[in-house]
Amino acid sequence: MSAPHLLVHELKDNVGVVVVEGLKAGTKMLCVVTHDNSSFELTVKADVPIGHKVALKDLKAGDTAIKYGQDIGKMVGPAKVGEYVHVHNLKTKRW
Amino acid sequence: MTIVANFELNKNRLANIKGRKIDVPGFKAPVLKKRSSARNDNFVGWRRENGRVGVRNHVLILPLDDLSNAACEAVANNVKGTLAIPHAYGRLQFGEDLDIHFRTLIGAGSNPNVAAVVVIGIEDGWTKIIVDGIAKTGKPVVGFGIEGVGDIGTIAKASYVAKEFVQWASELQREKCDIGELWVSTKCGESDTTTGLSSCPTVGNMYDKLLPKGIYGVFGETSEITGAEHLCKARAATPEVGERWYKMWKAYQTDVIEQFKTTDLSDSQPTKGNIKGGLSTIEEKALGNLEKIGRESKFIDILQPAEAPAKGAGLYFMDTSSAAAECVTLMAAGGYVVHTFPTGQGNVIGNPIVPVIKITGNPQTMRTMPEHIDVDVSGILRRDMTIPEAGDALIANIVRTSNGRLTAAEALGHREFSMTKLYRSA
Repeated sequence: MSAPHLLVHELKDNVGVVVVEGLKAGTKMLCVVTHDNSSFELTVKADVPIGHKVALKDLKAGDTAIKYGQDIGKMVGPAKVGEYVHVHNLKTKRW
Repeated sequence: MTIVANFELNKNRLANIKGRKIDVPGFKAPVLKKRSSARNDNFVGWRRENGRVGVRNHVLILPLDDLSNAACEAVANNVKGTLAIPHAYGRLQFGEDLDIHFRTLIGAGSNPNVAAVVVIGIEDGWTKIIVDGIAKTGKPVVGFGIEGVGDIGTIAKASYVAKEFVQWASELQREKCDIGELWVSTKCGESDTTTGLSSCPTVGNMYDKLLPKGIYGVFGETSEITGAEHLCKARAATPEVGERWYKMWKAYQTDVIEQFKTTDLSDSQPTKGNIKGGLSTIEEKALGNLEKIGRESKFIDILQPAEAPAKGAGLYFMDTSSAAAECVTLMAAGGYVVHTFPTGQGNVIGNPIVPVIKITGNPQTMRTMPEHIDVDVSGILRRDMTIPEAGDALIANIVRTSNGRLTAAEALGHREFSMTKLYRSA
């Protein structure tokens, strides 16, 4: 298998992590779920830096972001599938 | 002319270190011949008077308080091969804060990586508490109070003792020890999303393999479990330990965070470096952090800051800050002799008495600051290295480090010794 652009921890996650440098908007990404090594393709809609997240499905404000199969906070702005998810649209539920 | 003996010059080495061009005209870095790979089930260490095994052989010049740093540094300057560990506190502390201060200093001196200790304090009373605490290990320790003598007289006396100690320590022989005799701590820093995918699970895999061989392990970072507390509680060996852990975690939330926060902690936890690396929330950071304890291990007890474990071999949780230097200092004081430190964005921390092994899976960090990294697991992100392979690479590095190989942080002179302080001194 060629090196993936995006890794996803668990099948139920709705965000994944870019694992290559210099990813450009419009790239058709090879995405791998580390849990079972399954793969899929997804077109990224923004320039997303390495280590930063991409929505795997349409998310709207109030939705819970899921990573590691767990709650990692609430969306405070929308992110459609392939769009960038970070502190501008995702916030902790803790403090 | 370059005269070369016993190593091979790599002509391309400095021109291109892992993709980064470094221009040092006329200089070629030596590349040492690789030693045959040692077996990873034993190492050579120093067995101390109390039976514990150390992987370093320091003679410490230990200040009781901030006022005694100058004398300690002067002694360390006089006597080569000794190590002063200056720090910021030690006056007018009281209660639990003072207990942690004493435990940290006694623990640092008692660590098996230390052969002998010279303690210097402004006065004799508290200096004696530190000396008596370290003396329980059976190792040589002598203390000096400055009052009534002055710095110069104290430095002279302490230097004579330090010289005797360092010459004595330099003749101590290493012996073959089973890897199960190691005490290995962990704490990650400048985490990003790659740590949860690669370097933290690498440490977890190491624990899954070495804890059954009898090592002591420890993890901590109380505030940084927030978002994964339900998973952490479930990793306690018994429901009773789980309940005690949960109470301790909850107490930090209510007694510290709620009391002292101004807005929220979103700019502190996760840190600015974490956010730059792609971590958005404390929950996301915590879930990655917890990957460090692997899949199989259960923690058997909860340690106070700088407390030594007392329930036998296994994994422990220590109630610590997530600030790297404070946390590693507390774990070193608990008696751990090797530290494994996953990093994403490239935390450069070291410790004066414990080798800190840096692991990263972030290819950008490997490219931009490779001199700080001991174990490169970036292959995990490319899917050409598995977590078990990465765990084996880390174990191999732990053995090499225990056999004496300096870590990147040691070679670069990182000796951060940071006391944990709970509240203002009297």
